[in-house]
Amino acid sequence: MSQTHEVHEYDVVVVGAGGAGLRAAIESAGQGARTALVCKSLLGKAHTVMAEGGIAAALRNVWPEDSWEVHFRDTMRGGKMLNSWRMAQLHAQEAPDRVLELERWGALFDRTTDGRILQRDFGGHRYARLAHVGDRTGLEMIRTLQQQAVHLGIDVFMECTVNRLLKDGDRVAGMVAYWRNSGKFVVFKAPAVVLATGGIGKSYAITSNSWEYTGDGHAMALRAGADLIDMEFVQFHPTGMVWPRSVAGILVTEGVRGDGGTLRNSKGERFMFRYIPDFFRAETADSEAEADRWYEDKKNNRRTPDLLPRDEVARAINAEVKAGRGSPRGGVFLDIHTRRSPDYIRRRLPSMYHQFKELAGVDITREAMEVGPTCHYVMGGVRVDADTTAAVGLPGLFAAGEVAGGMHGSNRLGGNSLSDLLVFGRRAGHYAAEHARAAKGMLAVDAAQVEAAVQDVLEPVQRRTGENPYEIQKDLQQVMQNLVGIIRTESELKEAVVQIGRLEERASRVRVEGSLTYNPGWHLALDLQNLLAVSGAIALAALERKESRGGHTRDDYPKSDAHFGGVNVVVRMRDGELIVTQEPLPGMPPELRKLVEEKT
Amino acid sequence: MTLQTAFAAAAPTREITMHVFRGDAEGGEFREYRVPFEEGLVVLDVIHRIQGIHANDLAVRWNCKAGKCGSCSAEVNGKPRLMCMTRMEIFPEGEPITVAPLKTFPLVKDLVTDVSFNYEVARQIPTFRPAPPGPDGTHRMMQEDIDRGQEFRKCIECYLCQDVCHVIRDHEENKPSFFGPRYFVRLAELDMHPLDTQSRRDLVRARAGIGFCNITKCCTEVCPEHIKITDNAIIPLKERVVDDHYDPVMWVVRKLGGR
Repeated sequence: MSQTHEVHEYDVVVVGAGGAGLRAAIESAGQGARTALVCKSLLGKAHTVMAEGGIAAALRNVWPEDSWEVHFRDTMRGGKMLNSWRMAQLHAQEAPDRVLELERWGALFDRTTDGRILQRDFGGHRYARLAHVGDRTGLEMIRTLQQQAVHLGIDVFMECTVNRLLKDGDRVAGMVAYWRNSGKFVVFKAPAVVLATGGIGKSYAITSNSWEYTGDGHAMALRAGADLIDMEFVQFHPTGMVWPRSVAGILVTEGVRGDGGTLRNSKGERFMFRYIPDFFRAETADSEAEADRWYEDKKNNRRTPDLLPRDEVARAINAEVKAGRGSPRGGVFLDIHTRRSPDYIRRRLPSMYHQFKELAGVDITREAMEVGPTCHYVMGGVRVDADTTAAVGLPGLFAAGEVAGGMHGSNRLGGNSLSDLLVFGRRAGHYAAEHARAAKGMLAVDAAQVEAAVQDVLEPVQRRTGENPYEIQKDLQQVMQNLVGIIRTESELKEAVVQIGRLEERASRVRVEGSLTYNPGWHLALDLQNLLAVSGAIALAALERKESRGGHTRDDYPKSDAHFGGVNVVVRMRDGELIVTQEPLPGMPPELRKLVEEKT
Repeated sequence: MTLQTAFAAAAPTREITMHVFRGDAEGGEFREYRVPFEEGLVVLDVIHRIQGIHANDLAVRWNCKAGKCGSCSAEVNGKPRLMCMTRMEIFPEGEPITVAPLKTFPLVKDLVTDVSFNYEVARQIPTFRPAPPGPDGTHRMMQEDIDRGQEFRKCIECYLCQDVCHVIRDHEENKPSFFGPRYFVRLAELDMHPLDTQSRRDLVRARAGIGFCNITKCCTEVCPEHIKITDNAIIPLKERVVDDHYDPVMWVVRKLGGR
C-alpha cells in the first residue's frame, strides 16, 4: 500500500448522509461505537432534503382508527404483496416512535388544533397519516438529524466518495474512498460498514433524482458478493414537472393530490376513474361526486382514485398521453386551485407554489400544472435480514434506506420512504455497532486490493485518448428511459441488455481532462461504472419477471401471475458476470396474512 | 416515452455567451464559453452544458436542482444567487453573463469554495434541549407558537447570506468572532422554540458577535427562502440579548411563557 493514503480505523463506517445514514450514525455513536459518516456531498445536502410530502406513521393524531396494523396492510397492498412482511411489520410498528424522536431533537412539524403533530392524506394510505412540515418535510428531517449528529461529535467525511468495499476473506473489512476536493485517497478499516447510499435515478433521462443517485451502494455490494433483490421495480412518480424542458422530472409532491389536487386530461376529464384496478376497487370512489365528498367526509365515502398508489397513477397518465389526450407538453393537468383557496395552497404547498412560479412562470393558485411521470425511486436493493439490516451472505455489511431491498415490495407508498430511513437507519446503526463489538481478531486489509482500487480510479485521468463520460451517461439514460421505462417488453429489454454491454465497453475507455482537484468529469467517469452495473441488473431482472406488478409493467405480460407473486428475482455477480435467479418469498404468519386480506 | 415529445419540442434556438470563473487557490480568470440556448433554462443548466461540451472538469456543486438543497450558490452578474433558481430570461438578451464563486469563502476550484467555516460555527451552538413531555407523554405545541420557528427552519444553508454579509465578506479577520446571518437565524430559532430550555444569550452576545451586525439587510435581500433574517431573527435577538443582559428574570419568564 502506498504510504500517501490516509488510513482511518473505526468500529462502524456509514456510507451516505441522508436520512438513513444520519440515523444509523447517530445510533451507532450513541452506543459508543467509534463511528464515521462518509458522504459524497456536503452534510445536509443529501437526497432526503428533497422529500416533500411527509413521513408515514400511524400516530393516530387525526384518525384514532389508525394503527400499525392498518399501516402494515396498506404498505403490503401498495407493494402488491411482494414486500418482506417482516420489514413492513417493523416499519409500521416503529415509525411513530421515530417521528416523535425527531420532535425531541428539535423538529417542528405542522400541528393539529390541539397542538399535536398534524397528518395529511397520501396515496394508498387509508387514513391521513403523514407527519409533515408544509411540503418541505425532508429538509426538516435532514436538518434535525444533521444537528443531532453534529451534537454527538460524529466524524464526518464530506465530499468524500467511497469507490470500493474491501474484504478480509469473506467478510467486509473497510473501503477505499477519495476526497472530491483533492483526489487524494482515503482507506477506512472497519469491521462494520453501513450502506445508506440511496438510489439509482441517474440511470434515467427524466428523473427527480440528483447527480448523487448513481447506485453506488447497489453496485459496490454487488461486486463484493451481496445479493440484490427486486431490481426490476423502479418507481416512476406520476407527477414530475414536464416543462420547461430543463426542469423536466423535478418532483411535484403527492401532497398536491393529498390536499385536494385533481388530475385531468386535455378534454378536462378526471380520467383516473377509468383506471381503478380490481385490487383497489372496493376502497376507491367510483364517481366524481363520491370522490369530492371524501375530502370532507372520509367516514362515509371512499377515497378519490387520484390517490391510488403511484404505480397505478403513473401508468394511467402514460396511457392518457399515448392515447393523445395529454397536455401540450406531453403530460396531463393537475389542478388544485379548483378546490382550494390561494391562501390554503400557499400555506400547505409553499415550495410547489415557489417552484412553479419561479421555474415555469405558472401560478398554481390560479392555473393548472402540467405533470408527467419521472423516475423517482428504486424498490430493489441489497437483500438484508429484516431485523438487523445485515446483508445476506456478506458479514460486516449492513444496508438501510433506498439501497436496501424488500421493504416496499413492487411499489412504495408515498411517505413510507422517510419512515423507512428512520426505522431501518436506526436498526442498521444498532446492529452494526453490535457486530463491531462482537468482531473477533484483527482485520487484515489487503494492500493489493487497495492498490487495485486506486489504479482503477486513476485510470480515466491517465488515459491519453478516450470518450467524454457525459456522452456515455446521456446515452445510458436514453437506453434506460426508452427500453426499460414504465412499460416494458421482451424485445426492448433484450435490446437494452445489448446496449448496456456496448456502453460498458465505451465506459472502460473513457478519458477525462483536467486535474484531480474537484473534477466532476472524473467523478462521473467513476460513478458511471456503478450506473452501468445497476442498469444491467434492472434490465436483467425486468427480463426475468414475466408478469406485470407494481413498478414493473410488461406489455407482453400485462397481468400479474401467481408464480411470480411468490418469488423475488435475485441478481448476483460472480466472476464479473450478473446472474439472475428466482427465489421464494419468506412465508407470512397467518395472523398478518389475515390483516392484509381483510376487506375494508 | 411520453416525455420524449417534450424533449423534441425544444431544440436549442440560439447561442449565449457566458463568462465563467476558472481557477483555484493559486489564481484564475474568467473564460468565455458559447453555449446553445433555448427558452426555460436556468443558469445551472447552462453551466452543465459547458461542463458536458467544453470543460468536463468545470467544478460546480449542485444536488436537487429545485431550490431545496442550497448547493449551487454562486455570484451571477455580481449578485449572490442559487444557479438552479435563476432563469436565463431575467438577463438582458445579447449581453454576456458572468458566473463567479462565492467571494467570502476560500476558493477550491472554479465555482466551488471551501465553506467549512459554516460547519465550524454550527458545531459551536449548543443543541436543542427539550422540556420534559406533558402528562400524556407528548409534547404539545400550538401552530401559532411555532410559525416563526418554521420560518427559520426553511433555511436551506445555501450560505448566500453569509456570502453577502460585509462583516465577513471583506474582513477575514472577523470570522473567528462572528457567526453570520445563517447562524443568527439558527440561534433565534432555538431561542423561540417553545420546548427549548437552554440559554445561549452569552454566546449570542459575545462569541457569535451579533453586535457587529448593523442591520443593512443585505442578507434578507439575497435569501432564496425569503426568510426575514434581519427583522425576524437578528433584531429580536439583539433586543433579547440586551434585555437578558440587564434583566435575567425576563429570560426565565419568556421561556416559561413558551415564547
